[in-house]
Amino acid sequence: MDGQAILARLRARLGGRVLETHDFRGDHTAVVAREAILDALAFCRDDHGLAFDLLVDITAVDYLEFPGREDGPRFEVVYHLYATAHNHRVRLKVRVEEDDARVPTASGLWPIADWLEREVWDMFGIRFEGHPDLRRLLLYEEFVGHPLRKDYPINRRQPLIGPKV
Amino acid sequence: MGVGSFFTGKLDEAIGWARKYSIFQYPFVTACCGMEYMATACSHYDVDRFGAGLPRFSPRQADVLFVVGTISHKMAPVLKRIYDQMCEPKWVVAFGVCTCTGGFYDNYATVQGIDTIIPVDVYIPGCPPRPESVIDGLMKLQDKIAAGAQRF
Repeated sequence: MDGQAILARLRARLGGRVLETHDFRGDHTAVVAREAILDALAFCRDDHGLAFDLLVDITAVDYLEFPGREDGPRFEVVYHLYATAHNHRVRLKVRVEEDDARVPTASGLWPIADWLEREVWDMFGIRFEGHPDLRRLLLYEEFVGHPLRKDYPINRRQPLIGPKV
Repeated sequence: MGVGSFFTGKLDEAIGWARKYSIFQYPFVTACCGMEYMATACSHYDVDRFGAGLPRFSPRQADVLFVVGTISHKMAPVLKRIYDQMCEPKWVVAFGVCTCTGGFYDNYATVQGIDTIIPVDVYIPGCPPRPESVIDGLMKLQDKIAAGAQRF
């Protein structure tokens, strides 16, 4: 199934909850309302024509002071899906505000979402509601802040941790 | 100078001479410098000429800790614990710029020099250091060992 057909199928299913779609050099993207993301992901996985059985990645983008995006929501959570049987891909995005940085967890749909969401929480500070164990994945518990946020100072030094003596 | 102190002085010299040719190293390899460490250890450059040919993969049997590669903050407690497990006398070599200063990893994740965690005897800069500079650092360490410069 080609990318436009995938996006059309998503629009037909979710209607106005697909906020916008676009494609850039053959990579097709649908921006979905936050309330609809679990429906969209479940539909992508379970629909026979789409059959996105592989969640490739969950990541996020911080649009703080991004030209043209100053007044929009600060974060975007990005889901990359791949269908091994049909060899097609799609990208879903959810926009979240800084003071309400919460997204429902996809770990009920793909177990790998557990760790991917922990990484997004670790690096961007976006909470995944319903996540079974939302701890930092890469950094350590004592780390203060979320380093991939654009307002994290590049030269900030965290206190060194060591074994308790 | 009495006769007694003359003999203990000679004994220290003899012990230092013996120690500098029996370096049992513990390679704490975390990153790409490990390839250059292997190149130095193998037959072409042959670190065994300096008595350092037998790495011990247990810190309890080693007396020189080679910290080879970038140390992240999450790895820092592990490195400290490895160092604490080594028996005296012990020495530490910082291998590569990442261990010396953090190198170009001036970021949230990397320890800016392992001397913020453990004491370091010899710094070998380079990204990664060539085997010649590793051997140069090793010879400087041998001088230090022979001179009896240790922490107790």
